[in-house]
Amino acid sequence: MESKKFFALCILIFTLALTGCGLSAEEEKSDNVVYVYSWGDYLDPEVLEKFEEETGIRVILDEYDTNETMYPRVAEGAVHYDVICPSDYMVQKMIANNLLQPLNFDFLPNAKEYIGEDFFRQSQSFDSENEYSVPYCWGTVGIMYDKTRVEEFPNSWTILWEEKYKDEILMQDSARDALMIPLKIMGKSMNETDKTALKLARDMLIKQKPIVQAYVVDEVKDKLISGEAKMGVVFSGEALMIMLENPNYDFVVPREGTNFWIDSWVITRDAENVENAHKFIDFMCRPDIAVINFDYLGYSTPNIAVQDLEEDEEIRESPVAFPNPEVYSGQETYKYLGNDMDRYYNNLWLQVKVE
Amino acid sequence: MFKSAGVKTLFMTPFCLWAGIFIFVPLLCMIWYGLTNDDEIFTPANLTLAFEPPYFKALLLSIGLALVSTIICLLLAYPLCLILTDKARDLSTAVSLLFILPLWMNSLLLTMAWQTILEKNGIINQVLRYFNLPDVALINTPTAIIIGMVYNFLPYMVLPLYVSLSKIDKRIIEAARDLGASYMQTFWKVILPLSLPGAAGGMTMVFIPALTTFVISALLGGGKLLLIGNVIEQEFIAGYNWHWGAGLSMVLMIFILINMAVTIFFDNSHEEVEEK
Repeated sequence: MESKKFFALCILIFTLALTGCGLSAEEEKSDNVVYVYSWGDYLDPEVLEKFEEETGIRVILDEYDTNETMYPRVAEGAVHYDVICPSDYMVQKMIANNLLQPLNFDFLPNAKEYIGEDFFRQSQSFDSENEYSVPYCWGTVGIMYDKTRVEEFPNSWTILWEEKYKDEILMQDSARDALMIPLKIMGKSMNETDKTALKLARDMLIKQKPIVQAYVVDEVKDKLISGEAKMGVVFSGEALMIMLENPNYDFVVPREGTNFWIDSWVITRDAENVENAHKFIDFMCRPDIAVINFDYLGYSTPNIAVQDLEEDEEIRESPVAFPNPEVYSGQETYKYLGNDMDRYYNNLWLQVKVE
Repeated sequence: MFKSAGVKTLFMTPFCLWAGIFIFVPLLCMIWYGLTNDDEIFTPANLTLAFEPPYFKALLLSIGLALVSTIICLLLAYPLCLILTDKARDLSTAVSLLFILPLWMNSLLLTMAWQTILEKNGIINQVLRYFNLPDVALINTPTAIIIGMVYNFLPYMVLPLYVSLSKIDKRIIEAARDLGASYMQTFWKVILPLSLPGAAGGMTMVFIPALTTFVISALLGGGKLLLIGNVIEQEFIAGYNWHWGAGLSMVLMIFILINMAVTIFFDNSHEEVEEK
């Protein structure tokens, strides 16, 4: 009796193991896939469905919330991805650490035709030969302010140091974005590596801390829409979303300068589906697809065909949605400053935050 | 069936495997990272880092806030548990259910709820404005973090305390009263000493998560108050410096071990009392 039960159990386990194997083998057979690792909520799900329908390539999508969480997963080889969408300085860091492969632009006709010249030129600050990256989204950083509660026109970063806005200011919670502002006020580069200048920037942030309401990342949208603060430092894409929700707000890029940021598609060096990866990137550059993504995201697109395709007139005419890239052509983009400098920036930011 | 050694081993294996893979190996990895630098050379530098200015400040703030919230939890939980063990059963199940209920919800959601309560335009201030009272600035202050900690961790204080109080034999209390001890004397000399292990257990269970939290301080502190948990998170993620992060985590573990040693000490002294 006892042995019979044991025998039955063995058969059960055996069959389970077999079916399990069968499933995984089948999964491996359909190798027509592309592994994409992108920012959270950075692609309209509809676009992915269309891509799968048209090409028969299955998209396996993972998401990250900062460049810094993405980097170790790719660098340590924990998971293999084909296509990633890092920001400017991170593209440079990944090139420097030999994690990317050059793109074959013969397979990217849409990218050649529809991605604006200006953006490839700006990309050269982190991808000198335009070999590795295709711009996907871009934007600036500026001040979002409540027109009804802020009397002056905040076209200078220095307004963020004004005592009368105590507890009404939201700042970005990241080392580079935070230090960029005092560096710009001092007329320095936001890729500054001179430690004296950086320490001065840190001191300015420490001085500003008592009047700051909070250091925020994504929460900035909710806090501004609900009117928690009169002004905040936001990315231009977020600015459009906030303005559509709460028309009291306006967005201005201060005259001292800003960060011209670009998130780009890249292909990893260890990519196993290189051909599919190119197809995916090219699909994202197709104007009818780019406009769907743009409507979903609100971030400015480097795709020159999108503005004419945009149906909503208010958005089509909005300088926040479609800023003229030439206006920003003199602006800097973040560069990768090396591991030691990265740590120096982070340590300065830590000093501000514990103060 | 369970008495045979072979079967025992068989049933122990899954747990031992689990503990080995998911507790022991990660701990070793952390110690490895904590004791080496980028060039994989052994160094104690990551450990002494915790006593350098910005890190030490965060550590002190964490210990301070964790202590305060532990004491508040104890002061809130003790009377409640006394009432629960004293009164009729039907009431106690309802009240303890109320305390366990929040545990069924994700603590992140609970903390975000507190954010909307404490905010400048939050519920508290809107109520105050309705009565024409001045606003209170709670969000992004140490007070807000303590409120969040107490709310999140109070059940962990209530449960062990309730168990240890309800284990006290009612006849011992009756005997004390019978021998002429006043209610206060009974409390100080009988109930309190017998409940110490529960209190110590509860304090550990509140102090440790409060010391290591980074979610509560991030959501209710507005990024302006940095606890050691936030610093470690920042070293691992934004800084991509696993050696420093692991070193700081090891220092934090020392504090946790001290705390546990205190608990064990209380447990043992209690057993001695019982043996007498």
